[in-house]
Amino acid sequence: MNFLNYFRLSPQKNTASLAKERLRIIVEHERRLHNSPNLDYLPLLQKELLEVVRKYVAIEDEHISIHLERNGDFEVLELNITLPDNDNSRKDSGKS
Amino acid sequence: MSTVIVVTSGKGGVGKTTTSAAFATGLALRGHQTVVIDFDVGLRNLDLIMGCERRVVYDFVNVINGEGTLNQAIIKDKRVDSLFILPASQTRDKEALTLKGVYRVIEALKKRFEYIVCDSPAGIEHGAIMAMYFADEALIVTNPEVSSVRDSDRIIGLLSSKTHRAAQNLDPVKEHLLITRYAQKRVTKGDMLSAQDIQDILAIPLLGIIPESKSVLQASNSGVPVTLDKASDAGQAYLEVVARFLGEEVSNSQKKGFLSHWFGKK
Repeated sequence: MNFLNYFRLSPQKNTASLAKERLRIIVEHERRLHNSPNLDYLPLLQKELLEVVRKYVAIEDEHISIHLERNGDFEVLELNITLPDNDNSRKDSGKS
Repeated sequence: MSTVIVVTSGKGGVGKTTTSAAFATGLALRGHQTVVIDFDVGLRNLDLIMGCERRVVYDFVNVINGEGTLNQAIIKDKRVDSLFILPASQTRDKEALTLKGVYRVIEALKKRFEYIVCDSPAGIEHGAIMAMYFADEALIVTNPEVSSVRDSDRIIGLLSSKTHRAAQNLDPVKEHLLITRYAQKRVTKGDMLSAQDIQDILAIPLLGIIPESKSVLQASNSGVPVTLDKASDAGQAYLEVVARFLGEEVSNSQKKGFLSHWFGKK
C-alpha cells in the first residue's frame, strides 16, 4: 500500500522543480534569441552546418550548438560540435 | 517630480487591473496625488474594478483626439481623496493611441499628479508598448505558473528596449516583481513555483507577494479596490507593497510564515 502511494504521489511532488527547470532552459534560449539583433539566420545556419558535418561524421541534432555573443563592439559566433567517442561512427567517405 | 509606473505582465488574467486599482488606491491612501490610466483600448475594465463604470463620459482617446479635455475625462474617486481614474475608450481600435498623444496626456498629468499608474493591456502589441513607453518604474505582475513567468521575461526584455528610457539612453526602467495568486500551501507541497524560483528565473527584485484570496473576486464583484477591504489578506499585502514601493522597511506583519520565508532567507 505504502509502496503504491509512493509511486502515485512522486510524479506530482516535484512538478514545481520540473517547471523551474523547463523555464530556466526556455527563458535562457529566448533571451539569446531576442537580445541579439541579427539572429534570424542562426537556425538555418545551424541546420546547414549540421548537414555538412554529417557528410563525414554521424552526429545527432543535439550534438551541435551555435551561439552568438556580443562582447562590446564585436560579436563572437561560437560553434560547438560534439563528436561521438566511437570511431565506428565515422563514415567511410569512399563508400558513401 | 512625478513618477510614471506601468503595471504589466505580457500574459492576460494574472491580475494587472486588480493590481493597478489596488496599488493606485494604496498610493492615494498614503496621501499621494495619484491617477490610474486604463490603456486597454477596446476592452476597458479598470472602470469596473474601480466601481466608476457609470460615471465615464469622456475617455483617454477622446482626450488624445481633442474631443474632450483631460479635466472632463478624469474621474475623481468617491472614496479616496487624491485618487483619479482615466478610463480607456471602449469603442476605438487599439491604434487610436499614438506615441505623441500618449506623451501629451502624460506630460499634462505630471503637472497635477505625483504618481501616474498605467494599467497595460495583455500581450506585447501596440497597446502594451504604449503603456510602458514613458514608464519610470514597472510592476511586473507574475503568477507562479510557467506561462506567466515566461511572458514576464519577454516583457522585461521589452522594458529594456522599447521604452523612451531605452531610446534616449536614460537610466533603465526600474523593475519590480510582484507575484500574485500565490498559494504558500501548494509551494510547500512542491506543486507550485516558489517566489524564490521565480526570482531565480527573472532576476529582478521582488516587491511583494499577494496571496491567492477569495476577497479579490469579492472586491471586483463590488467595484471596490481590494486595498479598501481592511479584512482582506490580499488587500493588506498590497498595502505592504505600496509601503515598500515608497521606500519603507516593512516588517512582515501578517502572514509571517509566507513573507519571512523569502525576505528572511537568501
